[in-house]
Amino acid sequence: MTAATTERKLYARLEEVSVRYGPKVVMQNLSLDVVEGAITCIIGLSGAGKSTILRLLNGLRKPDAGRVLLGDRDISALPERELIGIREKIGFSFQFAALFDSLSLFDNVALPLQERTAMSKAKIRDVVAETLESVGLGNVMDRFPAELSGGMVKRAGFARAVVANPECVLYDEPTTGLDPIITHVLTDLIIRLRARLNGTAVVVSHDLQSIFMMADYVAMLFEGAIIAYGTVDEIKQSLNPIVQQFLQGSEVGPIPI
Amino acid sequence: MSVLEELGRETTGFFSYAGGAAMLLADSVQFVGKLRIRVQETISQAYLLGVQSWGIVLLTSLCTGMVFSLESANQAVAYGVSNLVGGAVAFTMARELGPMLSAVVVAGRSGAAISAEIGSMVVTEQIEALQSLGLSPVRMLVVPRLIALIVMLPLLTVIADIVSIMGGAYIANVTAHVSLESFLNSARASLPIIDLLKGLLKSVVFAVIIAIIGSYSGLQTRGGAAGVGKSTTSAVVIAIILIFISNFAMSYILFPQ
Repeated sequence: MTAATTERKLYARLEEVSVRYGPKVVMQNLSLDVVEGAITCIIGLSGAGKSTILRLLNGLRKPDAGRVLLGDRDISALPERELIGIREKIGFSFQFAALFDSLSLFDNVALPLQERTAMSKAKIRDVVAETLESVGLGNVMDRFPAELSGGMVKRAGFARAVVANPECVLYDEPTTGLDPIITHVLTDLIIRLRARLNGTAVVVSHDLQSIFMMADYVAMLFEGAIIAYGTVDEIKQSLNPIVQQFLQGSEVGPIPI
Repeated sequence: MSVLEELGRETTGFFSYAGGAAMLLADSVQFVGKLRIRVQETISQAYLLGVQSWGIVLLTSLCTGMVFSLESANQAVAYGVSNLVGGAVAFTMARELGPMLSAVVVAGRSGAAISAEIGSMVVTEQIEALQSLGLSPVRMLVVPRLIALIVMLPLLTVIADIVSIMGGAYIANVTAHVSLESFLNSARASLPIIDLLKGLLKSVVFAVIIAIIGSYSGLQTRGGAAGVGKSTTSAVVIAIILIFISNFAMSYILFPQ
């Protein structure tokens, strides 16, 4: 697992992490490297705990055991007040967008800039307009989330996650439920972010086509552990029958249905 | 054994709730102390939670003042102490019923609204979205509601005091022919201004209870629409219980016999 990453600097690392929801063990001694400046995609069955990995990385969820390292710093034991500063550098695009329904689309995307920066109103307007245009929503800025289609809401959540130029962005199912054209646009956007300095990304997705397009590294989560990790080619050629069954979407194989 | 277990669970739950609510209050006070207040949001909450409650507060206090006067005026006239009716109504309303009634009505209306709104934000991941943007839900949501109620509830209580005394004066005049002048003179004589202010001090404490319990119950919401219903109910019930208990304690301390 670490063979591919030994020469590269790590942005984050989950170390022997265990997570329980009540009596249910979601992760058991899971370790995962997130390489700086690369796009790491996490694949796995629904309900396997992929979204929990994203929440561990920005401190929304604390592990029951193990460490969550951002650089050299263990964030798993930090109090909420210190985590807030860390989260400013990490964007999070939620599976169901999680837009603030009392705010317009513009205000949703502008909120982090208004609250955290000293940017002028005019500058904020420009940055927000540019970001919304980049996801194809430049013409509906004044609408409220309830007035938008599912795809538009998702793109707006994406815009909000990237508007403050975070050094790392966590995408929870960024393309699920979108048409092929917008899927392509967003996949392209994620790739462009990598070009920025320190543009690290972690993407949880089922959309194998876009994963193969953008991923530098792919990790497969199964039954609370990472069972395969490597480049797209390495994963495609994996001899692990679980990985192969997942990639082929076959009903027949070792994965219980 | 199961009874003991249940008792243990309930006790732990009680202390966990009380501790959590106290921590939320302490966090809110810290933000207020650092003057990190969202003025626009506070004004908008003052309107939604306070101004929009004036009608129901007016109605309940008017009816209470009138019924109190109705019950006492005829008796007072029969015993030849009609000059005491105004004092009895003003004394009771300004010291006890005005602050209590306004608080109970506002707990039912605005406390429920706070809990339901924040609870819905929890189940739609909007609270996590705030946290992931590096913004504190306490500063963004709780502090504006807390300040709004601390300002508005005493104002509503003043309205309740005035309206109930005026209603009482009208009914005493109609049913027992106690003149308006005699009623108001009696009210003025029996109610020192300091008692009125102590009544308003009570309403400040009630405002803190309603805002903090509403917010905390909302933030503790788990599990979809049913969870929102549960947390809203508990917000109102717990707030009203605390209003009654703290009212007794404050009356005991503020109005020594």
